[in-house]
Amino acid sequence: MSDSRLGPAFLRTGSSSFADFLSEQAPELLPSRRSLPEGSAADLAPHGTTIVAATFTGGVVMAGDRRATMGNIIAQRDIEKVFPADEFSCVGIAGTAGIAVEMVRLFQTELEHYEKIEGTTLSMDGKANRLSALIRGNLGMAMQGLSVVPLFAGFDLLAGQGRIFSYDVTGGRYEETAFHSVGSGSLFARGSLKKLYSADLDEDGVVTAVIQALYDAADDDSATGGPDVARRIFPVVGAITAQGYRRLPDLDVAAVADRVIAARMNRPDGPAAPLT
Amino acid sequence: MSMPFYVSPEQLMKDRADFARKGIARGRSLVVVQYADGIVFVSENLSQALHKVSEIYDRIAFAAVGRYNEFENLRIAGVRLADMRGYSYDRRDVTGRGLANAYAQTLGTIFSSGGEKPYEVELFVAEVGDVAADDSIYRLTYDGQVADEHGYAVMGGLAEPATTYLKEHYAAAADLDTVVRLAVQALGQGEGSTPVREIPSSNLEVAVLERTRTQQRKFKRLAATALTEMLGNGGPSDTPPAEDPITGEPGAQPPIAP
Repeated sequence: MSDSRLGPAFLRTGSSSFADFLSEQAPELLPSRRSLPEGSAADLAPHGTTIVAATFTGGVVMAGDRRATMGNIIAQRDIEKVFPADEFSCVGIAGTAGIAVEMVRLFQTELEHYEKIEGTTLSMDGKANRLSALIRGNLGMAMQGLSVVPLFAGFDLLAGQGRIFSYDVTGGRYEETAFHSVGSGSLFARGSLKKLYSADLDEDGVVTAVIQALYDAADDDSATGGPDVARRIFPVVGAITAQGYRRLPDLDVAAVADRVIAARMNRPDGPAAPLT
Repeated sequence: MSMPFYVSPEQLMKDRADFARKGIARGRSLVVVQYADGIVFVSENLSQALHKVSEIYDRIAFAAVGRYNEFENLRIAGVRLADMRGYSYDRRDVTGRGLANAYAQTLGTIFSSGGEKPYEVELFVAEVGDVAADDSIYRLTYDGQVADEHGYAVMGGLAEPATTYLKEHYAAAADLDTVVRLAVQALGQGEGSTPVREIPSSNLEVAVLERTRTQQRKFKRLAATALTEMLGNGGPSDTPPAEDPITGEPGAQPPIAP
């Protein structure tokens, strides 16, 4: 790296993948090239918890709680787990925070690199498949407890709609319809969204629904952080429409969260869904 | 056994320089001008797909004239270098100066090594700062020389008349419309008494590094419709001159960027 001349690897034609280039030029920078000593490393590093995403007509919303845990300790109460991947997609992370953040950085660079070299952006499925490849590279570490399971969402400019992809630790890629959730509180969040979500919700409605779902997740999962009223820490919410990715301003999210909390003062279990 | 002719090092370097200069002079000119909100690149380019101006990183852009395959190769190398720096350190640690240095080293080595032919390219690496005083424009020549440019700069075929025109008409801190019109005028200047050509906006490639953009990435191409509005000359595109290297002399010359 200290040599300022551009070596042969830089001038070689062919690949427009940044990860491929790194594996040739500086493999030590790739998260997947590290080998760990034997044994479980699961309790060594903070874990991120719950991410939810839901689509609406004209876009998709993703939200993540703000807690990272290390065993029974709260490692961080204002961690951010939803990141824009490029202009029209975002990724939310659950699992080992350090490796997940590194993987997101690599993924962001990968998409931007492709865009600059090819002069065009990857298709939505192309992006989802690239993320799949990065997760697959992490399988060795996942087996030692350092797994990363992201949720990927974006606005497909060709199809004109929001799309959501979930993954498993082996890099398996599954497209989800309507809504999905990953992380330790995902069971509760998904149950909540099942009752609250409907296809005719607009963006504001979906934002309220995902914040309700995160509240329900925090209610029953100790690793998911609820709204921190005293410190004014609320979930990170990103919305993607045809205009691109936009992180909702903290004040707007706080207003929605305050309404949700106020309603739960009367009914702690949240809004009641009709029986039939 | 045949005896190799002795060629003095001076003559050898001069021949290589002449060769590179001739290649560069065949292409169309490219103008870079600073304006109030950043830096604008204007060039005459008949192709919509083969760009002469491109994004390298958040605040850095690359412009080139000469042989397309050679500068495209350098552009990709620059993107790789910038992305690797940004990934291993931080986005703010990618600088135009570092990139210009890397290009200078690369071009210099290729020029002075006897094994390869010199690159027939000339490059601009420009970086937009938070204020106009922090903007920088570097000119890199085929032999690896680096020059710091201020205000405006021209490279390519008819660089001389365009530079003269800009010297007379350039004013600092102008707005974008004024500067693009000025640059297009400069590109249309002919040598000696040749009348000024009017270049239709469909034959222009214009891109800016705009410091006022809210996005992290400050590079933006100006679409043909926006240009037509700016220049008010959306008429039918003129037929390219006969000596145009893309259409003229098929097979006689290796392709040069339009």
